[in-house]
Amino acid sequence: MSILVIAEHDNAQLNGATLKTLAAAKQIGGDIHVLVAGQGCQAVADEVAKADGVSKVLLADNAAYGHFLAENLGQLVADLGKDYGHILAPATTTGKNFMPRVAALLDVAQISDIIAVESADTFKRPIYAGNAIATVQSEDAIKVITVRATAFDAVAAEGGNGSVETIDNVVNNDKAEFVGEELAQSERPDLTAARVVISGGRGMQNGENFHLLEKVADKLGAAVGASRAAVDAGFVPNDMQVGQTGKIVAPELYIAVGISGAIQHLAGMKDSKVIVAINKDEEAPIFQVADYGLVADLFDVLPELEQKL
Amino acid sequence: MKVLVAVKRVIDYNVKVRVKADQSDVDLANVKMALNPFCEIAVEEAVRLKEKGIAEEVVVVSIGPKAVQEQLRTALALGADRAIQVETDELPDSLAVAKLLKGVVEKEQPQLVILGKQAIDSDNNQTGQMLGALTGMPQGTFASKVDVADGSVNVTREVDGGLQTVKLQLPAIVTTDLRLNEPRYASLPNIMKAKKKPLDVTTPDELGVSVTRTVKLLKVEPPAERSAGIKVANVAELVEKLQNEAKVI
Repeated sequence: MSILVIAEHDNAQLNGATLKTLAAAKQIGGDIHVLVAGQGCQAVADEVAKADGVSKVLLADNAAYGHFLAENLGQLVADLGKDYGHILAPATTTGKNFMPRVAALLDVAQISDIIAVESADTFKRPIYAGNAIATVQSEDAIKVITVRATAFDAVAAEGGNGSVETIDNVVNNDKAEFVGEELAQSERPDLTAARVVISGGRGMQNGENFHLLEKVADKLGAAVGASRAAVDAGFVPNDMQVGQTGKIVAPELYIAVGISGAIQHLAGMKDSKVIVAINKDEEAPIFQVADYGLVADLFDVLPELEQKL
Repeated sequence: MKVLVAVKRVIDYNVKVRVKADQSDVDLANVKMALNPFCEIAVEEAVRLKEKGIAEEVVVVSIGPKAVQEQLRTALALGADRAIQVETDELPDSLAVAKLLKGVVEKEQPQLVILGKQAIDSDNNQTGQMLGALTGMPQGTFASKVDVADGSVNVTREVDGGLQTVKLQLPAIVTTDLRLNEPRYASLPNIMKAKKKPLDVTTPDELGVSVTRTVKLLKVEPPAERSAGIKVANVAELVEKLQNEAKVI
């Protein structure tokens, strides 16, 4: 049976999480098709057709899919997905939004947020905020799966030779409409895709002080994140939150500054390759997961770090 | 307008989860249980809609054994008017829960259904969306703001890149994110009053839903441990280690 992977994109560019989802699809094994649904997204289809392992790209280019509304996308994917053995999407807020609708329309269970493929029907996934790892086996004829992208290494973006086929299925519901969005503008890399992430917690004291982190981030080409405590205190917006209920990151280097290390934060970053903790409280739980700990006042450390890099 | 809120009984979020020695599941024996935090936010939002005069009645529903009545009473103490328990000793998956809730929706005909975005035990994040698909209702998931207007609701959603707002025709489904509101504590008089509020019990059979699972739990393990590393004395040593030992900068 073939596998259908739903591409994540912004109508202009492919999101890197798609290449990681393709890696999970390759591990399952089978002919891999990719659905690119959006508006004015031909370039995305051409881009993903070149990815390693993709045999065919289905392009659904229509205003109905421009904002990836779950009501439209869910029905489209369920209609197309009937002929596949597996349907995969990255476990981003978009994937989490429409995929359960696909599963319900196909009358099958969904397996959320897989971190490993054991076989074509058996997968590992974190439960209890990552405090336990479950191995689950699906008996459903169609397996609807969201993939935790950070757990898989991306397939090569080039070298493949998939065909692009335009499909004209249009699903346009009249009950939900897009009103607007406020997307964070940043020159820095995306949190979930960055090689280096530097995050601040309540110890930063206010939003102004995040400039100290940004200066270090600029030296390292890093993304800037925050703990839930810093977001709840109103220092920075929610899209910067790293943790179980925020973004899950696994960069090569994660620097936690003024973050105590609550379970909910650890769940979002503990798969990072190297973890550095900077905190003046030497009892802070963050030091229990850090490869390198520095017990010091962050207001002394950050300017010095910026200088030495 | 009637608001239906679905809630789940889960392990208290302060409890450290332990895996059973035989790896069959996590150990829930003698563990403190509570209302799922996202569900608490859902109850709070519904009660606020009632306080603003937008909702007339708040009905709360939970699925599970008799013990879930404890969480239903908590929701009643927070301000819900009436509770429904769908009694089962099985552990239905999200799709079965969505089918059971669909049965309740058909009976109750709410204009708004509010659920937590996920339960902190299974971390599935599925039920609200599935209920949307089964009932044909539009959905506003991961809500940080809910504005009910005439016949529709504007929902501001927390998405990866920031915030997105959608307009949904009622009846609609909303799933809550953390920043939607800060739930109140139940006062003692309200806890006493909640004991007298109506609580009806129904069953999956009465709703015509089978709760068989198609996904088997084979094994539950603790996550790989990460061991503490070393302490460095100063910034110079940190930079040196990152360059020469870890080789990440």
